[in-house]
Amino acid sequence: MSIRSSATEMAEALARKEISAVELANQHYAQIEAVDKDVHAFLHLDKAGALAQAESIDKKRTAGEKLSPLAGVPLALKDVLVQKGVPTTCGSKMLEGWRPPYDATVVTKLKDAGIVILGKTNMDEFAMGSSTENSAYGPTHNPWDLTRIPGGSGGGSAAALAAFEAPLAIGTDTGGSIRQPAAVTATVGVKPTYGGVSRYGLVAFSSSLDQAGPCARTVLDTAMLHQSIAGFDPKDSTSINHAVPDVVAAAKKKDVKGLKIGIVKQLSGAGYQKGVENKFNEAVAELVKLGAEIVEVSCPNFEYALAAYYLIAPSECSSNLARFDSMRFGIRIGDDGSKGAEEVMNLTRQVGFGREVKRRIILGTYALSSGYYDAYYGSAQKVRTLIKRDFDAAFEQCDVLVSPTAPTTAFKIGEKSEDPLAMYLNDIATIPVNLAGLGGMSLPCGLAEEDNLPVGFQIMSPAMKDDRMYLVGGALEAALLSKWGKPILDFAPSLVGSK
Amino acid sequence: MSAISREEVANLARLARIEMSDAELDHLSGEMQVILGAVARVQEVASADVPPTSHPIPVNNVVREDVVIPSLSPTDALSGAPASSEQRFKVPQILGEAE
Amino acid sequence: MSLNYDQAIQKYEPTLGLEVHVELNTKSKMFCGCATEFGAEPNTQTCPVCLGLPGALPVVNQTAIESSILIGLALNCSIAPFSRFARKNYFYPDMPKNFQTSQYDEPICVNGYLDVEIETDEGNKVFRIDIERVHMEEDTGKSLHVGGSTGRIHGAEYSLLDYNRAGIPLVEIVTKIVPNTGKYAPQVARAYVAALRDILRGLKVSDVKMEQGSLRCDVNLSLAPSGSGELGTRSETKNVNSLRSVETAVSGEILRQANRLQSGEKIVQETRHFLEESGQTRPGRSKEQAEDYRYFPEPDLVPVVPDNKWIEELRKSLPEKPADRRKRLQSEWSVPEKEMTAMVNAELLDTVEETVKLGADPTKARSWWLGEISRIANERDVVATELISVTAVAQIINLINQGELTDKLARQVVDGVIAGEGTPAEVISKRGLKVVSDDGALMKAIEDAIAAQPDTAERVRSGNIPAAGALIGAVMKATGGQADAAKVRELLLKHLGQ
Repeated sequence: MSIRSSATEMAEALARKEISAVELANQHYAQIEAVDKDVHAFLHLDKAGALAQAESIDKKRTAGEKLSPLAGVPLALKDVLVQKGVPTTCGSKMLEGWRPPYDATVVTKLKDAGIVILGKTNMDEFAMGSSTENSAYGPTHNPWDLTRIPGGSGGGSAAALAAFEAPLAIGTDTGGSIRQPAAVTATVGVKPTYGGVSRYGLVAFSSSLDQAGPCARTVLDTAMLHQSIAGFDPKDSTSINHAVPDVVAAAKKKDVKGLKIGIVKQLSGAGYQKGVENKFNEAVAELVKLGAEIVEVSCPNFEYALAAYYLIAPSECSSNLARFDSMRFGIRIGDDGSKGAEEVMNLTRQVGFGREVKRRIILGTYALSSGYYDAYYGSAQKVRTLIKRDFDAAFEQCDVLVSPTAPTTAFKIGEKSEDPLAMYLNDIATIPVNLAGLGGMSLPCGLAEEDNLPVGFQIMSPAMKDDRMYLVGGALEAALLSKWGKPILDFAPSLVGSK
Repeated sequence: MSAISREEVANLARLARIEMSDAELDHLSGEMQVILGAVARVQEVASADVPPTSHPIPVNNVVREDVVIPSLSPTDALSGAPASSEQRFKVPQILGEAE
Repeated sequence: MSLNYDQAIQKYEPTLGLEVHVELNTKSKMFCGCATEFGAEPNTQTCPVCLGLPGALPVVNQTAIESSILIGLALNCSIAPFSRFARKNYFYPDMPKNFQTSQYDEPICVNGYLDVEIETDEGNKVFRIDIERVHMEEDTGKSLHVGGSTGRIHGAEYSLLDYNRAGIPLVEIVTKIVPNTGKYAPQVARAYVAALRDILRGLKVSDVKMEQGSLRCDVNLSLAPSGSGELGTRSETKNVNSLRSVETAVSGEILRQANRLQSGEKIVQETRHFLEESGQTRPGRSKEQAEDYRYFPEPDLVPVVPDNKWIEELRKSLPEKPADRRKRLQSEWSVPEKEMTAMVNAELLDTVEETVKLGADPTKARSWWLGEISRIANERDVVATELISVTAVAQIINLINQGELTDKLARQVVDGVIAGEGTPAEVISKRGLKVVSDDGALMKAIEDAIAAQPDTAERVRSGNIPAAGALIGAVMKATGGQADAAKVRELLLKHLGQ
């Protein structure tokens, strides 16, 4: 067992007492020490907290107490979730130094499961972006090629997994922020059905789209983490009050015989890198070999998904980010006694927010304005209905839908940062799922021939049927592993300092 | 194509309480124009007979019982405050009146 | 040339609108479980939700929904089958999220009415006030302005914020425009708020103390030339903290606007601030551009869809309407209209009813509370029930009826109780205020009086009844006022053959 093992393998080693949680945590801290100066996945390391948790798990295990399956396994937490007493920045200058006085429900669940939270990972500021270049603390670098982006907004979590700095991670996904980073780093990431995981303590970007989700290097690991964090939370009014489907069993089942898999016509073609499409098609062929049936479906309203998203998300965020006004928490700029509250607010928000955040706040303010509401926000909400209908119709014909996760592989840092629209296009395949509130998974399906960079395969499942993603994902992963002979991350150029 | 003037952006910045230089306003107004041009297409399909979706998963009536649960201690409540005094959040002078 | 009120109201027709905010008396806040106690130490009743900390989420208080529906039902509203929360976006430091979670185009109750009765020159008149909507929202924190010359907001050096109040449930009740009140606009406005307060008190959903802020009133007023049928520009007056202020604010605004219009100036649509001390209004902060609240449906909360069965249960649980209760009591007590109104205006109806429930007869209960006790209360500028309890009053009335006390003695007992000398029984004992009703003792005193005034006695014997007064007076004096004067008269006259 090493830091390259899966979380499941680590959990088994811990259970067999071959290694202690403290040792395992320290091994990961050593790896972080070795590579994170290049990768920059982490914004903050909570060694004291992590080791205390690890020690407590070791004691309990020695005492023979019954522990959760992932107890003692380390995890990287996206810095958008509040963790009591631990710096939580959301990748923004606005929250520099802020230590929340409470834990997110997800964090409470992780702690209760005995999972060891190593630290907080880097992200696009307030979850807005597709490359982690919008972080106020510098970008994260893709472990496959340090000159390239790791995806966003959750690039830090995905990079931490790909660089073996942690076997588990938590991300959040509003328009693809878990799935797209997973795709470009050859890791696995899932956005659960909306409401499947509590949003209490998840700093809101776009409330009707945000979801926290599990990330790991294998489908089974992801399923186990999913099981640990999902479930009804009375503190979140939008939380689903139903049992979590058995995603772990589904991940283990690996049987897709007779399953109908729909390929969405609109999520291909122009804008999609050839190598990405090729790898996608090869993966589909694998599923056919396993006995799945392919159905071509058309979701014509998906053409409008990106436009609707870039109205809804900025609108909600313009309201969600209003609370950052320097009065109760966060930085305060310009309070020299000569300025009133409003001026101090204006200055603080000017300095505290980065360009992309300001851009979206202004866009959202406009879309909600009197006189423009119907044409923009109002219309976008209608498109949402149409997209939902397209999904409903598609799911009449098939059990899951599939597509490439992202249109391209990892681009160079700086390549798209001056062109907002070009950046937004990275989300073109992931967004429809958020708008409809469904489940979406990305898992690696190969390396694009043009650049040898990872390609992600997206699986979409109907609301509250997240287990289907794991069923198909587990089967595909096994088939591909068999085809490649070794895990895809073993194909990555080695990072300086990593084993 | 929606033209959005610098004055309009300045008004939006005021509504959003973000101080912006003229240069920033100009730059943003250009960007807004491009982005709005791209997103305006939602109007093409948003006909009157299509209802809007505010909540992806249709659930109603989520409520909680009227019981008191412990609050944060004042120390915790004020822990993030840039300034405080007399167990209250201290803020620069507020001009104008509340709604 | 300055118009006076009568002139103003001749030339111009007022149109009223009233917005009332009610602070509900739920135990916990609207969207979180923090306590709602009044007067707690600052920031001891806050949590991530009501502080608007990043990541916090609201969950609706079920009782608040119930109270809102009860209010709507009591105001004859329709309860919306589908209702939703919306965000009202604007920045102000006392509002932690810089948006208020409120309701916009889908309020919980719509289209009700409230009938109010006022005294006019042509007798009592009923005005129907149509209610546009009743909706739920949350209260803001409280700011304290420190430094500066006046300590009020302008010129303050800094502000201190306490968020204990932030998130307490508020219900907003908005009337449709109220036309055709003419010169009675101020009284109608006052009567509306008073009637509303009574209903809310009866529903037990709020303390409705205007002085404490659990009932707040905003007054909208516009004027148009009489008979024009037009609508003028309205002003909104806030900070109206008592019934009297409601009346004053309306008449004041009528006067102010009339005089402006008279001198050819336009009315500015603005928010004005009512000043208790002067009864005047002054302009609030000038908004060069009206604030755009950018309302949109609250994504963190799901719709409220009250089920019909529940609404009907709530409807059945409604207490008797104040107006109906008054009619019932009036009939039960056989009290004339005018006296009923007097009790209501003196806000002593509940008190009288409670006294009656303890066994006192309605007439005496009314006459004591509205007579002697109110007189003393007004002298001391306190509320009548602060002076003496209904229990004490009921006991005193009972003693009168039993013949243990005369009215005169009873007055002394009331004084004694008010002075804090104890219960009626204790006062009677301490002061020795027993009615001398023993015929023997009385007869002795009567004989003594006759012996002392033989001429007067002779006059009474020969038919001059009024002359008995002097003898009765002497007996009263001899018994220290503790004889029952009527009994003395009876015995004396009988003794003197009359």
